[in-house]
Amino acid sequence: MIVLVVLATLILLVPAVGLNFGDPITSSTDQYYIDHSQVETGANNVVASIVFDYRGFDTLGEATVLFIAVLGVAMVFRRLYK
Amino acid sequence: MTLGLIGRNAGRLLVPLIFIFGFYIVVHGHITPGGGFQGGAVIATGVALLLVSYYYRDCLERFIPITNFKLVESAGLMLYICTALAGIVVGSGLLFNWLNASGGLFGHPVAYGVNPGDLFTAGTIPILNFAIGIEVFGALSVVTLIMFAGLREKTQQEEDAEAAESAAPLVSKRKKGKGGRK
Repeated sequence: MIVLVVLATLILLVPAVGLNFGDPITSSTDQYYIDHSQVETGANNVVASIVFDYRGFDTLGEATVLFIAVLGVAMVFRRLYK
Repeated sequence: MTLGLIGRNAGRLLVPLIFIFGFYIVVHGHITPGGGFQGGAVIATGVALLLVSYYYRDCLERFIPITNFKLVESAGLMLYICTALAGIVVGSGLLFNWLNASGGLFGHPVAYGVNPGDLFTAGTIPILNFAIGIEVFGALSVVTLIMFAGLREKTQQEEDAEAAESAAPLVSKRKKGKGGRK
């Protein structure tokens, strides 16, 4: 109980003491993406250039996770559909 | 089990528009907000609408078997992996954007700053977008269809036959009931 109260107090204190939104400690990487992504990847959408180019390996893992999730669903429900 | 006249007509009207909108989100992923995941989810929403507004075995299963959705999903993942491996062969490393500004397919150069946007830019990003789009579409459709199979939905004819049987004259029902008690 005491642990829960302490945790709740800490979580409630985060907006007061923690970092403000839009004011990160380091922003050099963001500025690099904003400045160079259009020239380096040719995509107007910076988010797409990060997701599919700079961090393309992450997206490969994400797609694999989705594939394995569907495999799991098909395994659990395999008796229902022939 | 179906939604009736209003649901069926809404599905007839909305399903093509949902498919086209999802395809637009997938294809324009490198220009406008959106991308493969979002567009694939939108197309899968159209499949789910098709599922709730029509009889599954009359409509969807006859035209597109569930195996085709699995095939589409696997093809999406394979296309992603092949594009990633092509970066090693042609360029310098995994997922290298070798098509960008090459002048060929999706190779138009892009100027820095505000520009109207060109569909044939960004190198491998549209290809990967498309791969992820059809993968997410296939995955969500397969999950929806497999879970829907648990309902054991009947066809239109079977439900009509049941309704006709329950509306049959009372005499035959009484005979059936007596026979059951004995």
